[in-house]
Amino acid sequence: MRTPLFLLISLAIAAAVFAATIALGNDYVFFAGYVVLQYVVLSTAWNILGGYCGYVNFGTAAFFALGAYSTVAVYKLIEADELPHVVPMPVLMLLGGLVSGVIGLGMGYLTLRLRGAFFSIATLALAVVLETLVVNWDFVGGSRGAYIIRPEEIAPLGNYIRYLFLIMLLLTVAALTIARLIERSRLGYGFATIRDDEMAAEAAGVPTLRLKLIATTISGTLMGMAGAPFPYYIGYLQPDSTFALDYAVNSIAMPLIGGTTSWIGPLIGTLLLGSLQQIITVTISSAVNLLIVGALLVAFVIVAPNGIVGLVHTYLQRKPEDFVGRRRVDADAAEPAP
Amino acid sequence: MFSFDLLINAVVSGILIGGFYAAVTCGVSLAFGILDIVNIAHPAFIILGSYVAYIVNATFGFDPILTAVVMLPAFYVLGAGIYQIYYVSFEKRGQESLRGLAFFFGLLFITEVSLVLYFGVDYRYVDAPYIGPTWHLGYLDVPLRILVPCLVSLILIAALQLVLTRSFIGRAIMAVAQDQLALRLMAVDPIRIKRIAFGISIATASLAGAFLIIIQPVEPSVGRQYIGRVFAICVLGGMGSLPGTVIAAMLIGVVESLTSTFYGPSWAPAVSFGFLLLTLAVRPVGLFGR
Repeated sequence: MRTPLFLLISLAIAAAVFAATIALGNDYVFFAGYVVLQYVVLSTAWNILGGYCGYVNFGTAAFFALGAYSTVAVYKLIEADELPHVVPMPVLMLLGGLVSGVIGLGMGYLTLRLRGAFFSIATLALAVVLETLVVNWDFVGGSRGAYIIRPEEIAPLGNYIRYLFLIMLLLTVAALTIARLIERSRLGYGFATIRDDEMAAEAAGVPTLRLKLIATTISGTLMGMAGAPFPYYIGYLQPDSTFALDYAVNSIAMPLIGGTTSWIGPLIGTLLLGSLQQIITVTISSAVNLLIVGALLVAFVIVAPNGIVGLVHTYLQRKPEDFVGRRRVDADAAEPAP
Repeated sequence: MFSFDLLINAVVSGILIGGFYAAVTCGVSLAFGILDIVNIAHPAFIILGSYVAYIVNATFGFDPILTAVVMLPAFYVLGAGIYQIYYVSFEKRGQESLRGLAFFFGLLFITEVSLVLYFGVDYRYVDAPYIGPTWHLGYLDVPLRILVPCLVSLILIAALQLVLTRSFIGRAIMAVAQDQLALRLMAVDPIRIKRIAFGISIATASLAGAFLIIIQPVEPSVGRQYIGRVFAICVLGGMGSLPGTVIAAMLIGVVESLTSTFYGPSWAPAVSFGFLLLTLAVRPVGLFGR
């Protein structure tokens, strides 16, 4: 399928989802749906670096919070002029993405020349340090947090949450299209060589450092863009909850449960896990929901290393002789599909 | 303005805290530095150690450090078990880089959330005779609650260093880092050696956890502040060198202590990260790396 066609179909699906959500007539669906869509973007962004290149980023919360806090900074700047909400949301998202992408590039430049584990550890520490900076930065609220008063209504849509939902839906389409485009381009093949054998790739002339930096920047930018509308969604932004490890564990668990080698894996993983979480949070408690995510993550990486997509793939590719002969192919022992 | 005794006090308490950081880090130096297992769940095991010390102290009134020493075998078995799962599921299949990391991250999360669900997010603390008093030496204040963990920690690391350099198992652990095949040719099973080493690594978390709850009240997510610090010290100390770990830990302890004395405690967490990035960018082998 060509990319423009894919984009058109995704937009059609997005329009259908939006129409269906309006038809349900309950604004809570928008609130819950927004969170799920936000995680689709985060996990797709994580997967561009984690799944395609094999570099684990534990700092999703940091990049997400960079986007969110750049929005708060803009809001506070304008608040002084008593003219809030003059900056349109897409501009805020581009700004958040820019900040987050630049930080991602810098981090990557310092740590990606070394073995992968160092990058992972550095991203983990990045969240702690950025939180320290935000806590000490009174302009964006410091440890007390910042209030963002979102407009009640927006012109044709009604409640403002519908607008936020629509924007996140469009960002989701954009993120999935970018991920799919990367997967099928020279860039994607380059990423795959890094994931499979970085040393061999380097020896064969693949510019691994440059490719890794590109992946980190794209991934960081998308995470920042997903974070930018968040202050308007939540209304009160506070460092503890914005830098919560929940974002990191979710954005890692969702692609690994769905399957990391293609764009559809994170989407499947997020739709399943995200919806499950929304249900558990409402019916049981949010702490239990995190425990379930952690347990599912551990279970999937041990039992089904290629996620749901991998399971479906082996199921579709099984041959009759696998079952009659003694030579039953062990699905788990197989290498990940190239 | 600038007071000399404030400076001296900050340096001394930094060195003492550094001794404690060394105990927190030596497990990671063993696992990450020598065995190449990126156990980011190590701080979670330390918190587990704190809670074990807390439970025994609250119900029986036992000394937390003594409890930790008694619990060493239990943590060793836990570590050996985790390594076995890790080996079968990831190392054997060659998937340790992406999925192995995610596995430890999941463990970190499960441990933390389980503790939150069971104990809540209240701060817990222990009672021991050395927690209250402070020695006053001239204008120097030495709180015993930091001095005692520091001394026991140095003893622990000296013992570890002796085991690593003098005993057969210890030498085999050092050898497994260099050449697994050669070890196999000497009729030693490298997997068994790694299992033992990882067991020891987790066992140190029992003691480090007891030190932590002696020094400060503990709640389940305290461990996160130690992730960056622990790996910064490990990298700075030259990955897997125990003397290097002690020196790096004291260095970071002193700089953190100076930062919180002269700039305010809320800036201290940024110090270790700064060190980590600086080390990775300028000298990735660490201060004492080969």
